[in-house]
Amino acid sequence: MKVLAPLAVLVALLFAASLLIGPADLTPGQSLAALFGGGGASEAMVLVMREIRLPRALLGLLVGGALGLSGAAMQGFLRNPLAEPGLIGVTGAAALGAVLALQTGAALAFALALPLAALAGAACAVGLILLLAGPRGSTLTLILAGIAVSALAGALTALVLNLSPNPYAATEMMFWLMGSLADRSMQHVWLAAPPILLGCAALLRLGRGLDALTLGEDAAAAMGIRPTRLRITLILGTAAAVGAATAVAGAIGFVGLVVPHLLRRAVGARPSALLPASALGGAAMVLAADIAVRLIAPARDLQLGVLTSLVGAPLFLHLIWRSRRDEA
Amino acid sequence: MLALGLAPGATAMPARVVSMNLCTDQLAMLLAAPGQLVSVSFLAADPMSSAMAAEARAYRLNHGQAEEVFLMRPDLVLAGRYTARAAVDLLRRLGVKVVTVDAPATLDAVPDTVRAVGAALGRSPQAEAMATDFTARLAALRAHPAPPRRAALYGPGGFTSGSGTMADDILRAAGLTNVAAAAGLSGYAVLPLEKLVMAAPQEVIVSATYPGTSRPEEVLQHPALKALAARIGPPRQTGPGWDCGTPRVLDAIAGLEARP
Repeated sequence: MKVLAPLAVLVALLFAASLLIGPADLTPGQSLAALFGGGGASEAMVLVMREIRLPRALLGLLVGGALGLSGAAMQGFLRNPLAEPGLIGVTGAAALGAVLALQTGAALAFALALPLAALAGAACAVGLILLLAGPRGSTLTLILAGIAVSALAGALTALVLNLSPNPYAATEMMFWLMGSLADRSMQHVWLAAPPILLGCAALLRLGRGLDALTLGEDAAAAMGIRPTRLRITLILGTAAAVGAATAVAGAIGFVGLVVPHLLRRAVGARPSALLPASALGGAAMVLAADIAVRLIAPARDLQLGVLTSLVGAPLFLHLIWRSRRDEA
Repeated sequence: MLALGLAPGATAMPARVVSMNLCTDQLAMLLAAPGQLVSVSFLAADPMSSAMAAEARAYRLNHGQAEEVFLMRPDLVLAGRYTARAAVDLLRRLGVKVVTVDAPATLDAVPDTVRAVGAALGRSPQAEAMATDFTARLAALRAHPAPPRRAALYGPGGFTSGSGTMADDILRAAGLTNVAAAAGLSGYAVLPLEKLVMAAPQEVIVSATYPGTSRPEEVLQHPALKALAARIGPPRQTGPGWDCGTPRVLDAIAGLEARP
């Protein structure tokens, strides 16, 4: 618990910073007045705060929490520190589902088609990975399966976008590969928040099961943990959280890898403690990355994944290096 | 190297002309003698991009590939500076005469572009008449009694046209000031939605959307933009006439002046 309180404070500060930083020159006083409907705020300021900055900050919170939490849950279940929604193709498959829903017009026909299709894509990928790599699968199998799923999902996404009648569709590949929170609206928040919250609630309840699993499958079974149920909750929870997050923010990589890895030592390597800490850590990382994107290149639509990968890739190499040393 | 891309003087009229660029397509269609122009690019027949899509259907369409253009046995190929560079280089190596024409960056550069294409086609008298007519009509459109209104151009991905662009020139000719240029943006640049809202334009002009969906175009449906439109009226759309500096650009200016 002594990790959660500082993390929560950090997330709150970053959330406030996300609301106060943007290309329009508003003072903090003006921003808060516009957000909470106080006096002295023009109509334009109210629009900027409520329709542009608030959804962006809320999505940073939700998406980051979903990615951090699902990363921690997958790493706990697979007992493999390399399990990460982005790395093993879950976000890629969710992006494919979202792109299919958008390009076939299903998302226009009924709004929930977008998160549902992304959820279906993510569920297929998680299921496939669990089938191929399994709880006892080696790191090599996991990464190979992840590469295959990622490459396939990426190729199909590019194919669908290139076949679109809309010439701008092909340019959005970057978004589906790297993710961004620019120009999102409250509609995206309403669309993504329910599945993300449901998925996160399901994943947070896995703590006890994952704790038991660290003692081995037999011990877990003896403690009354049903492995099938644990597995299904994990698949559906991850799919809902990551699928909905990807549907509105694109595939933001490495958050699920970096955050649990950074926090593991601080919480004492217990999955039940790591889950909520990783949700907060993920939210902090995505909010910070989204603020950095706005500060570094305000007019360039720099993708979020660029920053998370800049932090994540070296850490990933470090993990590979260490696991190679351990195996030798 | 044959033809280094400079417009030759009024030489003999080339009999078979192929144009590979949307903007030279339209100038060639306006200036060429009957039967002289053999093919225009496929973009010229796309109503989203071309102000002369209907006219372009009378011609064979090319896709900017060296092979197909070469097989049309052209005496002259018209291309833009950035048109399919590899194809243009290859055509030159094969001995085809290629004239590259820069799209005019401002309204005042349009007459010279018209003259350059006219000279390449051996149709200088026609080009001169068109250039003179353009200059006169532009001057008439530029005379405005009313004070300028603030307008914002907004396109997919939040892109806008700042100072130094044809679109900015069109706005000013139509008696509007461009909020992007006023905010210090130049060229084709991103105007963050926040800044657009805070600039409080009296008019928003968006680009026409293509069929199908794309994320860059999604921003044109953003609730903040819709709330702005609820106050100042629905956004008007730019058309294909905005893109190339052909004399058709005058229609775009006249359309902006005729305020609904």
